[in-house]
Amino acid sequence: MSLNPIKWSNCIALLLMVSGITWATAAETLKRDDVAWLNRITYGVNSTTAAQYRQLGRTRFLNAQFNASDTALPAEIAAQIASLKITNLDVVQQLAAINAENQRINALPDETAKQDARKVLNDQGNALAYEAARRHLLNAIYAPAQLQEQLDWFWLNHFSVFQGKGNIRWLIGDYEQQAIRPHVLGKFRDLVLATLKHPAMLQYLDNAQNANGKINENYARELMELHTLGVDAGYTQQDVQELARILTGTGINVGTAPKVKAEWQPLYRREGAFEFNPARHDFGDKMLLGNAIKGSGFDEVEHAVDVLVAQPACARFITRKLGEYFLGAPPPPKLQQQLAAMFQKTKGDIAAVLRTLFASSEFNSSLGKAFKDPMHYVISSVRFAYAGKAIANTHPIINWLNALGEPLYGRQTPDGYPLDETSWSSSGQMSKRFEIARVIGSGNAGLFEPEDGSGIKHAGFPQLATQFYFENIESNLSPTTRTALEQATSQTEWNTYLLSSPELNYR
Amino acid sequence: MYRRQLLQLAALAPLYACAGRLYAMPGSSPRFLLVFLRGGYDCANVLVPCSSSDYYEGRPNIAIAKPNATDINSAIALDSDWGLTPALRDSISIMYQRGEAAFIPFAGTEDLSRSHFETQDSIELGQPMQGTRNLRSGFMARLAAQLQGINPIAFTDSLPLTFRGETDIPNVSLKGVGKPVFDQRQAGILASMYAGNHLQAAINDGLELRQEVGRSMEEEMNAANRDAISAKGFALEAQRVARLMLDQYRLGFIDVGGWDTHVNEGGANGALASNLTNLGSGLNALAQTLGNEWKNTVVVVVSEFGRTFKENGNRGTDHGHGSVYWVLGGGIKGGHIAGEQIQISRANLSQDRDYPVLNDYRAMLGGMFKTLWGLSDQQLDKVFPQIRAVDLKLV
Repeated sequence: MSLNPIKWSNCIALLLMVSGITWATAAETLKRDDVAWLNRITYGVNSTTAAQYRQLGRTRFLNAQFNASDTALPAEIAAQIASLKITNLDVVQQLAAINAENQRINALPDETAKQDARKVLNDQGNALAYEAARRHLLNAIYAPAQLQEQLDWFWLNHFSVFQGKGNIRWLIGDYEQQAIRPHVLGKFRDLVLATLKHPAMLQYLDNAQNANGKINENYARELMELHTLGVDAGYTQQDVQELARILTGTGINVGTAPKVKAEWQPLYRREGAFEFNPARHDFGDKMLLGNAIKGSGFDEVEHAVDVLVAQPACARFITRKLGEYFLGAPPPPKLQQQLAAMFQKTKGDIAAVLRTLFASSEFNSSLGKAFKDPMHYVISSVRFAYAGKAIANTHPIINWLNALGEPLYGRQTPDGYPLDETSWSSSGQMSKRFEIARVIGSGNAGLFEPEDGSGIKHAGFPQLATQFYFENIESNLSPTTRTALEQATSQTEWNTYLLSSPELNYR
Repeated sequence: MYRRQLLQLAALAPLYACAGRLYAMPGSSPRFLLVFLRGGYDCANVLVPCSSSDYYEGRPNIAIAKPNATDINSAIALDSDWGLTPALRDSISIMYQRGEAAFIPFAGTEDLSRSHFETQDSIELGQPMQGTRNLRSGFMARLAAQLQGINPIAFTDSLPLTFRGETDIPNVSLKGVGKPVFDQRQAGILASMYAGNHLQAAINDGLELRQEVGRSMEEEMNAANRDAISAKGFALEAQRVARLMLDQYRLGFIDVGGWDTHVNEGGANGALASNLTNLGSGLNALAQTLGNEWKNTVVVVVSEFGRTFKENGNRGTDHGHGSVYWVLGGGIKGGHIAGEQIQISRANLSQDRDYPVLNDYRAMLGGMFKTLWGLSDQQLDKVFPQIRAVDLKLV
């Protein structure tokens, strides 16, 4: 133990003064409320957002978040995303190629050759899933449309699929980009239908295999329990079975169209890899939640989704979950009622629900009290440490999320990650989080090593003790946190304590 | 946490001599580990109802063949009605022969939602289904509160619902851990920032436990240097569990996933069988690492529900109801099938679909807890409110 620990905070302050950086003026410093508000509306306040906020003010900043047609990324980041293979990937071709390759592999005479070939194929898939995660993380850190980026994660988690199952690693990028992103602030029904028809979901919850006489009720159950109504919504095993019958024939096809009877041909549907095949459908009449649904083909599915989304239970379930994500705890009853009423009134308009939420007094009084899940923790830390500086490598971030138990596309079970504080703040998780804080605070952690292995390493020491820190963060720290920071004996330690402090673990 | 509870224990020391099992000396007090198979494992392909023709009719593609000494892919005969999957031949089957394993078919909960998440939660809470439930109070946490000096721990990434309650219970993942990152001074400073915060206890526990696991890992490395065989996967995790439970933790929880076999489940071989082989070898490793203390250890393996009696259209099974629980331990009175039973036939299924529940998990776990730690009825009522304990006489 050092007897005379150097006071790093003082050193840093001194350095800033020596190097001629002027101290904050009142106009540049955000109010405590504004910092707290930005920490909730975005993944975490940093100097870039703070500057934007000072320019726009709260109302216009929020409007911009809702109407962000301007999703302009910093040029370097945009170039990184543009260079990804998934940016121009056609899912149908991709799946067809996998099928062909699998056929070729199965025909190989030698077991070792088969295994080797399978490994090559799977590595290709894993590389694509990594690209999807890379795009997601770069957007989360750098996209100005921070609300939409959080919602992209939220809905991806709500309609969760696991990249390790089936061919999903090839599909996950498209699933996110086509089924989730376009609808994050739109109508909830569109999200349900887009995910229902996407090959990633069709594979993940086995509906691709659900056919007349070969019922698989996995997706039917989760569609009600996890995606729309919630578990205590009063539906029965009978409803699950009826919905499974309605969903028969909804599957995947990337090859030639099947021959179907002439009378069924008008009912055959195909969009991308999604197929509705009448020959696999149960055309009997069904009864779902007291609604008669006449056997008629894919129309039944659309009808069933309408029935589900119109249930008061759906409005409650979805708004409660959105509320929990943005409040850090389930909404109190009065607010919950308002949100559910807005959901029903607007037929599931997500933006309208969020406007109501953000305008509520409950939202304001919750600021600073929501515990950061690993995704918020890691993204906010990187945003804070590297504002305005383009990272080159996202592997370290993926490792941190893995270590903290919340990898992207990595939830095996279809319930998605939990949103409550207790699920992320156990003793084992907190000590792990402090270890990650140390890694983030210790140097560039590999974030600036180009992924192509070209080896050009930019200096990238995490800049936490910046002008922005002294203007906007320091004054909000508690005396205990300040005391801890004063005991740091190195910059790394100081960074570690700051990133571990309660103030940086709540939003 | 450790120190705190040692102090409590010291204060209780005079009671040891006269208070019987409740305050038994730490050296001989029992260990209890709950293993939760998340996903609803297909019990009918583990404890196989070999005498049921409906089983073989309902599962044309995935049934496990009747016992046949010349076929290694057939079930291992346990009695005239039941056989065991050959996937457990080298592990649980041997324990069963030694009387160190028992199975309780038709086990589970009254929760009929057939939802993984709802049923897991309801089991972990261990509260009556009727009336309002306290959703922040798991039965293992309430059990820990009744047992002074028994250090509880969850070997999981996050704290499972069953261990949530009034006080902090530590958890640690044993999947991939290395040396401690912080020294004593740094850990102290980190903890100081949360003084007065509701996370304070968790953070103290976490930092302290991390040091301890680090020490345990060193022992592991030394042990690995001595004998060349090193375990992998769940077996490695189970060895670590055993080492921590050997030292000081006496009430543990661990979960194992991957049991939701809707598609291509397989029979004697395949997806389920390979999961079972891993599980079995892990539990075997646990028993071996505990050595002499295996006889003071009880392991109960549970899952949220069983699966459909018939296979579905995709050579898998869908969500069902009654399950089969396992009770393992070096000192248990095993080697038989325990609890209430009925003949397995289609006519006896619940909702023409799955096993009924005849052995309520709260009643039978309650019975075990009473015997293991000498809990009074009042104490048991704190753990499992409004339940009449059933003694299956296994422990």
